[in-house]
Amino acid sequence: MNPSRLLPLLLLGLMACKGTTMNTLVPNSDFTEEVLVIYERIFWWTALLFVLVQGLLIWIVMRFKATGNEKGEPEQVHGNTQLELTWTVLPVFILLHIAIPTVATIFKSQAPAGPDALVINATGKQWWFAFEYPSQGFTTANELHVPEGQEVEIRLQSDNVMHAFWVPQLAAKRDMVPGRVNRIKFTATKQGLYLGQCAEFCSDSHALMRFRVVVDSKEEFARWAAAQAQPAATATAAGFQAFQGAGCTACHAITGTTAEANIGPNLSHVGSRTSIAAGVLAHSDAFESGEIDPAKQRANFERWIKNAPAVKPGSKMPAFEQLPPEQLSAVVDYLISLK
Amino acid sequence: MSAPAAVPASHHGTSAEPTGIMSWLTTVDHKKIGILYGVSALAFFVIGGIEGLLIRSQLAVPGNTLLSASTYNAVFTMHGTTMIFLGVMPLSAAFFNYMMPLQIGARDVVFPRLNAFSFWLFLFGGLVLNVPFLLQPLLSGQGGVFTRMIPDGAWVGYSTLTGKTYSPYLSIDIWICGLQILGIASMAAGFNFIVTIFNMRAPGMSMLRVPVFTWMTLVVQFLVVLSFPCITIGLVLLLCDRTFGTSFYVPEGGGDPVLWQHLFWLFGHPEVYILILPAMGIVSEVLPTFARKPLFGAPFVIFSGITIGLLGFGVWSHHMFTTGLGAAADAAFSVATMLIAIPTGVKIFNWLATIYGGHLRLTTAMLFALGFIGMFTMGGLSGIMHASPPVDLQQHDSYFVVAHFHYVLFGGAIFGLLSGAYYWFPKMSGRFMDETLGKWTFALVLLGFNLTFFPMHLVGALGMPRRIYTYEAGMGWELPNLLETIGAFILAFGILLFLVNLVRSAKSGAQAGPNPWDAATLEWLTDSPPAPHNFDKTPTVYSERPVWEKNHGPGPGYSLPEGEEHIHLPPPSIKPFLLSAGVTLILASFLVMTVAGTMVGLGVTVLGLATVLYASFSWFLEPGHH
Repeated sequence: MNPSRLLPLLLLGLMACKGTTMNTLVPNSDFTEEVLVIYERIFWWTALLFVLVQGLLIWIVMRFKATGNEKGEPEQVHGNTQLELTWTVLPVFILLHIAIPTVATIFKSQAPAGPDALVINATGKQWWFAFEYPSQGFTTANELHVPEGQEVEIRLQSDNVMHAFWVPQLAAKRDMVPGRVNRIKFTATKQGLYLGQCAEFCSDSHALMRFRVVVDSKEEFARWAAAQAQPAATATAAGFQAFQGAGCTACHAITGTTAEANIGPNLSHVGSRTSIAAGVLAHSDAFESGEIDPAKQRANFERWIKNAPAVKPGSKMPAFEQLPPEQLSAVVDYLISLK
Repeated sequence: MSAPAAVPASHHGTSAEPTGIMSWLTTVDHKKIGILYGVSALAFFVIGGIEGLLIRSQLAVPGNTLLSASTYNAVFTMHGTTMIFLGVMPLSAAFFNYMMPLQIGARDVVFPRLNAFSFWLFLFGGLVLNVPFLLQPLLSGQGGVFTRMIPDGAWVGYSTLTGKTYSPYLSIDIWICGLQILGIASMAAGFNFIVTIFNMRAPGMSMLRVPVFTWMTLVVQFLVVLSFPCITIGLVLLLCDRTFGTSFYVPEGGGDPVLWQHLFWLFGHPEVYILILPAMGIVSEVLPTFARKPLFGAPFVIFSGITIGLLGFGVWSHHMFTTGLGAAADAAFSVATMLIAIPTGVKIFNWLATIYGGHLRLTTAMLFALGFIGMFTMGGLSGIMHASPPVDLQQHDSYFVVAHFHYVLFGGAIFGLLSGAYYWFPKMSGRFMDETLGKWTFALVLLGFNLTFFPMHLVGALGMPRRIYTYEAGMGWELPNLLETIGAFILAFGILLFLVNLVRSAKSGAQAGPNPWDAATLEWLTDSPPAPHNFDKTPTVYSERPVWEKNHGPGPGYSLPEGEEHIHLPPPSIKPFLLSAGVTLILASFLVMTVAGTMVGLGVTVLGLATVLYASFSWFLEPGHH
């Protein structure tokens, strides 16, 4: 590790001893690493200027504080052109030192992705994310899988209001603008589970519009993608009937069934995801492990189906409090079985 | 009418001087208008501050349920809108109005009735924005457009969220209406001040002898008249989208929500300098006065202010680095933004050089000016960080940015305005503010401010997005958020002490003479408070520090003409008040249209037009003097 990285990490270490996964100063991709290098360069310049200005300010005040014993008035200095030109011109060199890597990174990071890049279409919804893998032919929601060491290009869109796609450790952020396609690309350098969140105000449940990114090994990713493209193996027809009977098919799609609506998240493999409700109801306390606690998962599904708007204000998913307990249980069983 | 200097009180002849509330409704005196701006701005500032405290209370702990999501969104929207348009801008306007004519040796602004019109329009705009707080509890039971009446689309009002599809309520319509009214008020005042500064300067006051505060006033007015039309157009297009079903910002109809962002930030970035340059001007008056030295390199400071103003029009897209404008635009706007650091740095070093070698009297005004240098520097330095788009891709819309702009707008603008308040209060009231209470205020504000906003840098770097009404434990955000909330209440207590001091000192502060600080500029030549006509005789100016040089040499500073001088002052008039009421009615009529149907709405439009016609014709026919 670059020794100049110590100070910002030290500062933040004080606040976050637990490895939080929204920390912008812990890069785990080529792009966020590059961003941090520029940030550190600016950080040290600004730290130097901070110490200089505050130090001068405090020293001058201590040194020239009036005591009441002064004789006459201070020397009436009106200015000093040489001095003023000096502090006009010197900052130019500091700014060049910052601007050059900045401009280089802008052009590099916004160049088209390579031909081998994995393309994912991400669409911001109120208030969740749809993720489509066009080459692999499947769609999922709120939980993104990407392979370690392979370039990923995410095409960002929205069909409603503005959102922003922000994964601090992998991708930084870019807006999802209605009517446009934005791109963000990165190559993940470390496997694990990362947190993301919408960063552009999008009304009521903006705060609850989160998502997760799982960085797998290339082999694991291939296995996962192949499974996603198939219907869930364990699902039963009886379970689907309970699901359909409750009216869920009006909004949700499940591969291999007649449910094809795309108003709500695609549920084809919802049982394999580590959280529901756009990252708000997590199935495990220790999200780094990515392991699902079955009791928690069941409780989350029940809570969400019974009264989604209570969990997420403004949610388009209505409350199903009238659903008989046995049917609710059957629907939850079915959803959990969609591995 | 013309009157000899000895009897200025009889300046408007036959009719009796209005008294009581009428004297305020009809005043065209720039000093009284300045006080009206100051008092209303402080009232709105308190409302905005309470909204800030609500935000901080909600975020004190994770998963808090004090405010609902929709209430929180309305509260933070109004906090931003209020502090910018109804707090900081009119507080600056209070000093522009009161001090600028005095500083240039004028008896008033060039268009006194237009000045009154600007104020009343500002007040009506502020009321339109805030009345929903009273109406919402009464009307929300009605449903429909009344479901949400308090503006709730964030102060930036990004499309498509503010479109009819996603905000089918009155909230956004009211926001549009209020901002349009405020825009007209600001532009009218802007033209008035520009003409005043160019045309009303005392003899001998060349532009380089104009005090730095007045210079910054001038730069700000150019920013106002050039930038407000951008948001006016943006809002008209939004109004058309919402009311008439056009598609300027609607992609399904061929529009583009990014168009709004361009129009908004073409206004919004110059607006940042509209907020900060007045404070820079104040500090440039206060530091020399209490260091007993001239401002170091005054021309450099003035030209830096002009440069900041000009560059301020070329950097708007640095608010849009995440929007996806392409590499060329990002690079160009990044470099332009970094350039602004140069004139800003020049100012900071010139202020330091000003106090270097001085005899520093640490009055409350001076403490806030020194605090300004420290706090504003902090905001400037964090600004350099997100001038770099790759870095901004992490910081944009996070609490890091919230920390940054509060260091600029509170640590900068508000510290500067507080300094100005302590500095000029003796001139405006004839009394000193209490220095002991003042120093407690400074200590509490400095401590509370830093405790509130410094941890936001950390929590932003830890990935906390802004504009979220709740957050989860376990991200390292709990401690900084709790500290911020404690800090906010300390800060609020400090501001409360300031207000107590203001009210108490206005009644019973120690008497201050015409020039209590032994300052340098022409406002200190007048009585405290100044007579309605300001100057018995118009001074001829020989220096950029006329009053200082008169008292301390080496030059004569200024001279007064021999003999008596004719004083011409305009009479009071109710017409500006009526005209602004008419304009408000016209602009509010589309709200009525939404609520009560087209015919009733048109009725209000006609009523407004009639008021405007009556007020403006009788305004033109009214004698400007007797």
